[in-house]
Amino acid sequence: MYIRFYLPLLLALLAAPAAATPNIEHWHTANGARVYFVPTRELPMVDIKLVFDGGSARDKNLPGLARFTNSMLQEGAGPYDADAIAERLAMLGAELSTESARDMASVRLRVLSDPVVRDQAVELMQWIVGKPAFAPDTLRRVRGQLLVELQEEQQSPSDVATRTFYANAFEDHPYSLPPSGTEASISAIQRADVQRFHQRYYVSQNVVVVIVGDLDRAQAELLATRVVDRLPEGAPASELPTAPLIEASTNRSIDFPSAQTHIFVGQPALSRLDDDYYAFYVGNHILGGGDFVSLLFEEIRERRGLAYSVGSDIAPMRAEGPFIMRLQTRSEKAGEAVELMRTLLIRFVNEGPTAEQLAAAKKNITGGFPLRIDSNRNIMSYVAMIGFYGLPLDYLSTFNGRIDAITADDVRRVFARHIHPQRLVTVMVGPESSSGNHELGATKASIPANGASSISERRH
Amino acid sequence: MFDWWDGVYKRIIAHALATAFGLGTPMVFAKEASPVQEFMLENGLKLIVKEDRRAPVVVSQVWYKVGSGYEYSGITGISHMLEHMMFKGTDELAPGEFSRIIAAQGGTENAFTSYDYTAYFQELEKSRLEVSFKLEADRMRDLRLSSDVLALEKQVVMEERRLRTDDDPQSLTLEHFRAVAFKNSPYRNPVIGWMTDIENYQINDLQSWYRQWYAPNNAVVVVVGDVDPAQVKALADKHFGKLAAVELDDIKPRREVSQFGPQRMTVSRPAKVPYLLLGYQAPSLATTEVGWEPYALIVLAAIFDGNEGSRFGKTLRRGQQLAAQLMVDYGLYDRKSTLFMIAGYPTPGTGVDVLETAVLGEVARAQRELVTDEELDRIKIQVVAEDVYAGDSMFYQAMQLGQLEAVGLGWQRRDEFVDRVKAVTAEQVQAVANKYLVEQGLTVAVLEPKAMQDQEAASHNRQDPDVH
Repeated sequence: MYIRFYLPLLLALLAAPAAATPNIEHWHTANGARVYFVPTRELPMVDIKLVFDGGSARDKNLPGLARFTNSMLQEGAGPYDADAIAERLAMLGAELSTESARDMASVRLRVLSDPVVRDQAVELMQWIVGKPAFAPDTLRRVRGQLLVELQEEQQSPSDVATRTFYANAFEDHPYSLPPSGTEASISAIQRADVQRFHQRYYVSQNVVVVIVGDLDRAQAELLATRVVDRLPEGAPASELPTAPLIEASTNRSIDFPSAQTHIFVGQPALSRLDDDYYAFYVGNHILGGGDFVSLLFEEIRERRGLAYSVGSDIAPMRAEGPFIMRLQTRSEKAGEAVELMRTLLIRFVNEGPTAEQLAAAKKNITGGFPLRIDSNRNIMSYVAMIGFYGLPLDYLSTFNGRIDAITADDVRRVFARHIHPQRLVTVMVGPESSSGNHELGATKASIPANGASSISERRH
Repeated sequence: MFDWWDGVYKRIIAHALATAFGLGTPMVFAKEASPVQEFMLENGLKLIVKEDRRAPVVVSQVWYKVGSGYEYSGITGISHMLEHMMFKGTDELAPGEFSRIIAAQGGTENAFTSYDYTAYFQELEKSRLEVSFKLEADRMRDLRLSSDVLALEKQVVMEERRLRTDDDPQSLTLEHFRAVAFKNSPYRNPVIGWMTDIENYQINDLQSWYRQWYAPNNAVVVVVGDVDPAQVKALADKHFGKLAAVELDDIKPRREVSQFGPQRMTVSRPAKVPYLLLGYQAPSLATTEVGWEPYALIVLAAIFDGNEGSRFGKTLRRGQQLAAQLMVDYGLYDRKSTLFMIAGYPTPGTGVDVLETAVLGEVARAQRELVTDEELDRIKIQVVAEDVYAGDSMFYQAMQLGQLEAVGLGWQRRDEFVDRVKAVTAEQVQAVANKYLVEQGLTVAVLEPKAMQDQEAASHNRQDPDVH
């Protein structure tokens, strides 16, 4: 299906009735796992997510190790081989998936709340997270799978641009490493590496357990205890270093046989734990985060027809995550587009939002609040984020109040603090001819790059 | 399989199926799926309302029965182009104002075009449904189409085409594959349109397409959320009720002609990973002459690839390790006859021809041998569970209802689905495999990667300091 816009999942306003905000219950299991539970009794189903601080930020000298480890979990564990796990999940009507990004490595289960079905599924999950087999033949198969996925990335200009952006923006920081690894590292990773990684990070002191669904507190406590039962206690992952800013802006162009040039402009910006997040979020919404009401959207798509998808994102993480502006345009327009994007950023950093822009953004963000938490899946996403980063349990109920309190000065202040126009990373992936335009444009404009990109999940 | 598990397994099947179908068990399907209500306005607009009180939210969708499957050569993609233009102003609203109003209400909105329909939607806090109705009713008949705006928005759509298709080798292969698989059916044309057609739309083309298809008697409005159906009906009367019905042209059948032998094609593009597509001509639920056959085809699709325990996963991905990815798609709810498609790519070192032979081997096995009861039971449990999970998304529920209405099947088919799948037998699965997965109706496409330059080398050579 073809869809008109990429839609960021945000928005919304309206002071939501307090009762509509989910009540998050929180406790620790005996072996130290942090548990977050939201009962929702309307549908006979349960969502369970285990989030480990074991993403690619922990890869060290073996890029892709976290992804490799995570991908091996459901390929055999305890008494079950990969076929048995797959067949049992199917018999239970359960859905299990694994995922690993920069901060988080997770395992998610969706299952009917019927006790017989649920208990069987939780038993499988116990083995999968606690006692994966990492069998050598399976390791070879998964390696092949990961290598093909790397090749797929290499034929996507957007994926190439993403990888290049992180490598350039984060230099020696762990976030510079691609979660999918490199051909060399994926080929080099051995069983012992995967086992070591699992032993270090898949431990009860390093996991957040999120449960949303048709359970009472006692059932949820029992379930949480069981699901982490086979994890050693271990220790929390260590602190991540602060993401350094590069010394001066850089431009990197990669020749690619595509019709469009993909452009990313941005830099490391702020951590999820930074109180500046709210003002930055509002500012970014105005600049390029809003669906189709944003400065970037208006100037680049609506007024000039330069791109189908254009916007900016802030992806706050444990350490400073990136702010990225992003678009793709026919290659002969790449120079014009990148210059425009930079100019709009500089102007926004200098001038901040108008009163009208600020009011409209706040109405949109707060008025759409009920949409953020209208399903178990959405509640799960927020609670996982709250739990993983240790945000206050009243995060959701105080969200609208915090947004409403933001002033234009707040936005200007946090953009000035976190965006450094002399330290922006620009990446352009497209036919060689377009990069010439781009360099020329940058020279003439004497404007450093800025940018927005596609880090966060977007709905189409 | 261990004996103890066999016991548990049987119990779960009995349990899940029995409870799901209301035979009474400890599995509490707490609230019966809330009933769907249907209203017909005097001008022919159909309104479907489903109450879902889980959150103070409402989803509103307007579906028009028009898409690329209604288009003719020379204007392919015009339904999608019109979808873009629907945000560009009416007699009442300036371009972009629609979106600004929805944003100010905290709403989420978008639109999508497919072969059989074009749909527009908003998600809002529940008290704001009227905003959606007012705006949608306005642009249903009073769109203001201007040449200048069209010229600009065509550039956006061309960028969209480059992004989604031209620069994505798998997507491009699929587009060319469909153009070969179908001869007369409009399904041979891409939803977004061929580039030459996009470049040459005139404002009159858009005008007539809009006048022809955007009318209350060619639209279905679907509302799911924390709403009272009677109040929604009153709101619909107020805003959509005043629009006049138009006379709709007859739709030519444009049935796909018979295929008389296998077809094979190659797409050669810069890429790293080869790609294999197989498609067999098959009826959809809307075009079948035998009611159970489409359900047997959907079960067959699941036998191949319904879950990780299905045959493709077990045999081709894990067992023989020939496929890195393999998926099956069958257009059960397509308005016109469709394809039973298998697509994927091989593991490193495996030729795409080897993968094709292995896939055809699985097809032959499904034709030769009955699927097992256990395989069938797993699929039945899966559809029962998925039916529960669907309740977690109001948007998805609305999609299901709207799609069935848009293709003329009626939303009631959604409620039949689980029972119809449950009724499929192993013999029926074998029968459709033998009837439809035959060489005579097969089209095969292969993406043959052409070399790309070494990106690492390219990027190292071209790293340069900032020049500002």
